[in-house]
Amino acid sequence: MSDIKITIIDREGKRHEVDAPTDMNMNLMEVCKAYELPVQAVCGGMAMCATCQCYIISDHDLGERNDDEQAMLWEASFVKDNSRLGCQVPITEDLEGLVVELAPEE
Amino acid sequence: MDFIMEKEMITTDILIIGAGPTGLFAVFEAGLLKLKCHIIDALAQPGGQCTELYPKKPIYDIPGFPEVLAGDLVTNLMKQIEPFQPGFTLGERAETIEKLEDGSFIVTTSKGTKHHAKIVAIAGGLGSFEPRKPAIDGLEKYEDKGLAYMIKDPEVYRDKKVVIAGGGDSALDWSIFLADVASEVTLVHRREEFRGALDSVEKVEELVQADKIRLITPAEILDVNGNGKVETVLLQHNDEAKRMEVIECDAFIPLFGLAPKLGPIGDWGLEIEKNAIKVDNTLDYQTNIPGIYAIGDVNTYPGKLKLILCGFHEATLMCQSAYQRIFPDKRYVMKYTTVGGIDGFDGSRKEAEKSIVKKIGNKQNV
Ligand SMILES: Cc1cc2nc3c(=O)[nH]c(=O)nc-3n(C[C@H](O)[C@H](O)[C@H](O)COP(=O)(O)OP(=O)(O)OC[C@H]3O[C@@H](n4cnc5c(N)ncnc54)[C@H](O)[C@@H]3O)c2cc1C
Ligand code: FES
Repeated sequence: MSDIKITIIDREGKRHEVDAPTDMNMNLMEVCKAYELPVQAVCGGMAMCATCQCYIISDHDLGERNDDEQAMLWEASFVKDNSRLGCQVPITEDLEGLVVELAPEE
Repeated sequence: MDFIMEKEMITTDILIIGAGPTGLFAVFEAGLLKLKCHIIDALAQPGGQCTELYPKKPIYDIPGFPEVLAGDLVTNLMKQIEPFQPGFTLGERAETIEKLEDGSFIVTTSKGTKHHAKIVAIAGGLGSFEPRKPAIDGLEKYEDKGLAYMIKDPEVYRDKKVVIAGGGDSALDWSIFLADVASEVTLVHRREEFRGALDSVEKVEELVQADKIRLITPAEILDVNGNGKVETVLLQHNDEAKRMEVIECDAFIPLFGLAPKLGPIGDWGLEIEKNAIKVDNTLDYQTNIPGIYAIGDVNTYPGKLKLILCGFHEATLMCQSAYQRIFPDKRYVMKYTTVGGIDGFDGSRKEAEKSIVKKIGNKQNV
């Protein structure tokens, strides 16, 4: 069992430092939900709703957006260069110390 | 006077708000108790999330179905409840509720349709699906006057010139469908890439080659114009030149997806917790207002899971409680469908084949 620490800044600007497991096949959206942060995840993690959109604040390299993620972000609002869909970001050891901020709700 | 006032009131035993899997199955359980149901949904078609969000995707945790497409599950549910002749008010959102002296309710929709029922069962899921609208000033005045965010009756577009905008499954599928109905179909998308089922993308490609669909990408609709109805849209090509083009049309249909909002039900005086309606899960999924129940994804209680099979269970217990409320003096015991069969309100009857009682003779020795 290995946990990493990540920081999630909610829409009020409050920072939540949470432990995220790397061995549970979880993604960033699910971590937010597990800590009851206000992420609706309407589509349940299928890159179809963008309610899990967040901005990557730290300089971690998350690799390229996948096709579904990219297509959804074309349609979503408030998209910036550092936007990602939380549900498409798997929790791995490389993300130790990650800082993300939740994007505004549509 | 408003013609809406003159519309007839719809009367039923249980009024169900939401035609997702939970609401649909409630019709079946109510039917076994001889209670009539009517369903309101903001969407043009039944099925809730299953049809709106993932019709072509498989579900693996419906008991007894190792794998079933979400769209097929809804088709099956519709077939299962057919004998109980549910009424439908589709494409209208339930807006207000009023409790009458006798304990019954009147629910009025966004289009003014009134429903009178002894029991209200809210099966509203994540909320009513509201269309994402393009950011064009003054767009509202064309709503229902050539501008639509969902398609209820494709026949409306017969021999009309239609402009569809969007890059997902619904934009693709409706372009394909309307190519045979409308006189002209123009499909506009901000990007060159579409996201949808492979066969839909290929079919659109074919129809574009055959000049049945005019495809304009990457481009965006910036404005809508017309005298009291849609007559033209202003399009900007997203190429170097940012060329503008005016397209004559009778209808403009932006299909940018739908986002669910709990909406007006949030103001009905129900106890709400985290965007969901609190219910009594120790008994019958009733809300803090007697006679109003909440079932499926829309409710919350300790340990709640938003799963289809949980919604089915909740619908079943809700109907038993509704029956007791409507007929406080009647005694009733649950009967298995295998034993009791199914008597549809349409006069149909389904029942298990009877076993026969017959003697089997011994082997004759000659
Ligand atoms: C991508 C995805 C995959 C899923 N996979 C599974 C799975 O594998 N297994 C599983 O069990 N579950 C799965 N689910 C969840 C499942 O779809 C839901 O639990 C189920 O749809 C809930 O059904 P429901 O009838 O309670 O609500 P919904 O399906 O949400 O239907 C509610 C309906 O109510 C209508 N409505 C709401 N308010 C109003 C109003 N005021 N007026 C009029 N209409 C209104 C809405 O328009 C909607 O049509 C998945 C969900 C998604 C998004
Ligand atoms: S949960 Fe819907 S896009 Fe991530």
